[in-house]
Amino acid sequence: MIQIEQLHKRFGARIAVEDVSFSAQDGQITGLLGPNGAGKTTTLRMLYALLQPDRGRVTVDGFDAALQPLEVRRRLGVLPDARGLYKRLSARENIVYFAQLHGMEPQLIRQRSDALIQALAMQDIAERRVEGFSQGERVKTAIARALVHDPRHIVLDEPSNGLDVIATRALRDFLRQLKSEGRCVLFSTHIMQEVAALCDRIVIIAGGRVVADGTPEALRELAGEHSLEEAFVKLIGSAAVGELA
Amino acid sequence: MKPALAVYLKECRESLRDKRVLLNALILGPLLGPVLFVGLLRLTINHELERADKPLPVVVIGAERAPNLVEALRQEGLQPLPAVNDVEAAVREQRVTLALRITAQFADDWRAGRPAQVEIIYDSSDRDGGSQFERLKGMLENYSRRTGAMRLIARGLLPSVGSGLLIATRDQATPQARGAMLFAMLPYFLILTSFLGGMWLAIDSTAGERERQSLEPLLINPVPRAQILLGKLCAAASFSLISLTLGLAAFSIAARYQPSQQLEMTLNLGPAVAGALLLLMLPLVVLIVISQMLVSAFSRSYREAQTYVSLLQLLPLIPSIALSVLPVTPRLWMYTLPLVGQQLTMLRLLRGEAVSALPLALCTGVTLLAAGAVFLVTRRVYESERLAVNA
Repeated sequence: MIQIEQLHKRFGARIAVEDVSFSAQDGQITGLLGPNGAGKTTTLRMLYALLQPDRGRVTVDGFDAALQPLEVRRRLGVLPDARGLYKRLSARENIVYFAQLHGMEPQLIRQRSDALIQALAMQDIAERRVEGFSQGERVKTAIARALVHDPRHIVLDEPSNGLDVIATRALRDFLRQLKSEGRCVLFSTHIMQEVAALCDRIVIIAGGRVVADGTPEALRELAGEHSLEEAFVKLIGSAAVGELA
Repeated sequence: MKPALAVYLKECRESLRDKRVLLNALILGPLLGPVLFVGLLRLTINHELERADKPLPVVVIGAERAPNLVEALRQEGLQPLPAVNDVEAAVREQRVTLALRITAQFADDWRAGRPAQVEIIYDSSDRDGGSQFERLKGMLENYSRRTGAMRLIARGLLPSVGSGLLIATRDQATPQARGAMLFAMLPYFLILTSFLGGMWLAIDSTAGERERQSLEPLLINPVPRAQILLGKLCAAASFSLISLTLGLAAFSIAARYQPSQQLEMTLNLGPAVAGALLLLMLPLVVLIVISQMLVSAFSRSYREAQTYVSLLQLLPLIPSIALSVLPVTPRLWMYTLPLVGQQLTMLRLLRGEAVSALPLALCTGVTLLAAGAVFLVTRRVYESERLAVNA
């Protein structure tokens, strides 16, 4: 379980995250929804201990990200905003490198990377150098690389960015499969349909604050709107108005 | 597998697939120094040898006033050229390199047994003119001494009465030492080779990795940053060392083909000395590479890193120039300066002199300490937020 409590982060004079609290449960898909610049990436970066929060606390299975960042990272599989594969290495070499950094045994590395290559249907590209990969192939490789150590918690920053319809569908199926294995899946997006199709729970962020948190049905009710999209626009709209006032 | 080892192997593998790194670290870096160096050396030596044997063309004004003198000079290699108008201006404008004027009273003075005046017109700022002037002056002094001696004999005196001193010069420089004078810049070339060898990897694995956005995923792994830094450092140092080894081998081979016999000089750069140089350079290579990584980690982009690292490699030029231009006597404290200590020790090794333990221990110890300090600073930069997140 991932727990985020009253996170606050500023860069110089700019406040990126004002007050963000939510939790993501095991066996559920939690969507972090918000417009561009709402503070999603910064929140996730504090979650995987790349940034230190000015205030607030992140815990993963009870481990504090500020105090035991390595323990937290061991429990997370992260697809960051920056995909950054090594283009002179093959897809498999990219995956194996991260497995080695996790200190896995060669036999286990072989077994896990084979399983992921299978699950993500990457057999054709596994031995090819990443240079020249399509966007979809890159995301697949980056996901395989992030999951090679079999983490209980999976954090994905805008995973469907740049993917076509087919690839997006495949990605959704894959996330559902992770959920069915009892894992805790947390992903951020600015695309409404994404959360509507997948999430058990939605956390809406705008202007560095959580403006709503609940099941898709609860959010629709909260905003008094039938469609989730209308609810979303209404919810972040009121936050933006609140900012101005 | 230790994370540092995984990082090391991955950096090496990736670099070996990068043509630019290969070209710079394994070909250009090691060969640039020796090729440039041997080329320049050959050029200089051939130039000097050629000039010593060549006839010396000199414009002679008033040759008819001293036919015996001109004939004697001609036998020593002087090639008299016909007189020109306004010879001073001609020399200033470098139309004429060297001129000899035999004055109008020459014949009268000569006959009367008085010192007869000749003038050499030359330009001391002209490089060629300088050595030709020395040659002409030497010829004239010889002639003067010979005729002086004959006059003394004619008057019944021993020529030796005229000499108060007998000066004999005995050069104590061993042939190796003279060779090393020519090779005073060799330490710089070796240091430059280690700079070039590690540079690409140091920049690529830090500023490059950040620019390609692969640093963030890397840092999310549960690995202490010091381990990542250590792996990258070792990879860059390995390439630097390979570069240096190849460079030394190239110099070793080049030294065999230099025309040293003609100059009676030998350069002591056999396998034993090359090995000793390599060991001596080991701590310095680590210091160089970790400094390059620190500079790269501080830079905001690949280009910026390239600029700063290129500036960094001018640093060893300072002691090299100082040591080859200034007549510095090595003092013990100088061995406590990284770069300077290594350069002094390298020069001793190249001269075939023994290297004592204290200076060697000093320069190795201080360099390792400096490398350790830079490593700690770089680790701090690695642990800071701004490393991974491009603001």
